[in-house]
Amino acid sequence: MIEAVGLTKRYGDKTAVYNLSFQVRPGAVTGFLGPNGSGKSTTMRMILGLDNPTAGQVTIGGYPYRKLPNAPRQVGALLDAKAVHGGRAARNHLLCLAQLSGIPARRVDEVLGVVGLQDVARQRSKGFSLGMGQRLGIAAALLGDPQVLLFDEPVNGLDPEGILWVRNLMKSLAAEGRTVFVSSHLMSEMALTADHLIVIGRGQLLADMSVKDFIAANSAGFARVRTPDTEPQLREKLAGALAEAGGHVLPEQDGALRVTGLPLPRISDIAHDTDVRLWELSPHQASLEEAYMRMTQGAVDYRSTIDQKAGLQQPLPPGAQPPMPVPGQGQPGWYAPPPPQPGGQPFAAPQGPYGAPGAPAAAPGADAPNPYAQQAPQAPQSPPPAAPPAPAQPPAAPAAPSAPASLTKPEDAR
Amino acid sequence: MAATQVIRSEWTKIRSVASTVWTLSLAVVVTIALGMLISGLSANEFDNMSERDRLSFDPTFISFAGMSLGQLAMIVFGVLVVSNEYSTGMIRSSLAAVPQRGTFLFSKIAVATGLALVVGLATSFVAFFLGQAMLGEHRAALGDPGVLRAVIGGGLYMTLIAVFSMGVAAMLRSPMLSLGILMPFFFLISNILGNVSATEKLGRYLPDQAGSKIMQVVAPVGDDTPYGPWGGLGIMALWVLAALAGGYATLRKRDA
Repeated sequence: MIEAVGLTKRYGDKTAVYNLSFQVRPGAVTGFLGPNGSGKSTTMRMILGLDNPTAGQVTIGGYPYRKLPNAPRQVGALLDAKAVHGGRAARNHLLCLAQLSGIPARRVDEVLGVVGLQDVARQRSKGFSLGMGQRLGIAAALLGDPQVLLFDEPVNGLDPEGILWVRNLMKSLAAEGRTVFVSSHLMSEMALTADHLIVIGRGQLLADMSVKDFIAANSAGFARVRTPDTEPQLREKLAGALAEAGGHVLPEQDGALRVTGLPLPRISDIAHDTDVRLWELSPHQASLEEAYMRMTQGAVDYRSTIDQKAGLQQPLPPGAQPPMPVPGQGQPGWYAPPPPQPGGQPFAAPQGPYGAPGAPAAAPGADAPNPYAQQAPQAPQSPPPAAPPAPAQPPAAPAAPSAPASLTKPEDAR
Repeated sequence: MAATQVIRSEWTKIRSVASTVWTLSLAVVVTIALGMLISGLSANEFDNMSERDRLSFDPTFISFAGMSLGQLAMIVFGVLVVSNEYSTGMIRSSLAAVPQRGTFLFSKIAVATGLALVVGLATSFVAFFLGQAMLGEHRAALGDPGVLRAVIGGGLYMTLIAVFSMGVAAMLRSPMLSLGILMPFFFLISNILGNVSATEKLGRYLPDQAGSKIMQVVAPVGDDTPYGPWGGLGIMALWVLAALAGGYATLRKRDA
């Protein structure tokens, strides 16, 4: 059990983490989500007693880390997979960590097997790929067979098979009753791996709830309504009528309307009553990714802008048309509006100086350019699109002789 | 307990990187080879020397002439042992495993110091014997008064230089910054301060100037240094203690 109370960290006048309180419980995978620079790694370092909080405290099993008896056997952590001396062989790297914690050397060979690095154990880690480095870091976290595990971005640089392996490893560790705390900036990954979510932005808590609740609270659907392009006044007319009937209407970039708060048949009736023809009336499900983006959009520190390419482009030949901008690029993001909450919002999206929506480049792109493309898989009763049907199944063909076989070992053994 | 665990681990760390072997063997080879070269040259020059120079001719000290360069490799060794932890980020894993930062730092330094002492003493003895062989008829014997003290002192001097570097590296954390300050300081600045008459009185209290007094058997004519060989080494040891205290304070207080 990890417990943070009023955790605050300031570096000079920059506040990295502010008044963060949460609990990470045993027996579940807790996802720790936030955009880059939101304070995830700082929080992890404070949990491990590496950074001293400016205010508040964080304890593991009731003790601050630096007072925790036999800490390395209780807590294992992967903070930064690149934090190894490149000139040292993988096995030696683990061996010195093991000796530091009083762990016998044979355990080193065990964890090397668990992460599938036994064949490169005596090679210098300088030549390792990002994925191999992550495996080495995970091996280091597993060394002490700890009850509490922290992983900072464990799937970075892993191939799909590696991602699946990490996902299953986290779940099996949690199933053994351990506390597993995994940070990520990928909502889609966490939706598959985690049981519980802690979302932060700009160092502040945005949400602390189970994935199930998160889905229920945030995956509310919306209807996309399109009126004839040829008659823009119809669009205004319909928007007014829908708003009057209690719907929440947002215009989309391509001229369609995003409507929440009204069921589809009602929208159709209203359109009929107001004499507006419809070209499209389609149900849509906001993905978890989208809900997460919406939640954190005010809290993103590093935001891309349109590449102006000033001075780099050839002058256009006379008469040529400048290329049309790709819809969704460099323009304000269009996320599904927050679903109506009977008991108030489960989280408060930060407002104020940071509240202006910017231009997250990739996220809404899937929706905007072609609204028709997504209709089939997005029936309202279907699960959110972030979740493929069978996340927990082992890979279809696990029988490749050497490395893959060893990778699936932990699941087989349990 | 924690200290023995850290010592075992640090021994694994220190022997599993190539830089240890490179820096230490460079220190050995440079110290011995340069000492032999200068000893041989001095033996040839002896007949042309002034009376004054002959009186203060110190065959033991001459055979240690290579240390002025060899100590630079010792500095690199000391700096890398500590700052490798920071430059690789390994320090976080290490401190997560050993939250008692003092235990961690001093066990680490103890292991590196032990290794530096063994290498330093071996270098000192070999440099002495080979240097004396080059000096021919002007040589000193190990049994002569003060010589054994000087030879052992040479090993201690090299060790203390390495430990001083470890302390500085623990304070500064960055290998480039530590080397960028220590190398020119010991190679140039300290020598300049010690040889310019205006700063001479101050310069002789610098760690290397004071510490190298232990390797002198015959004092130069007109020497008015206010401390003896062991006093000089003591002054150097105080510098080392100050550097270690600074390194410990830094590690304790700052975020890893």
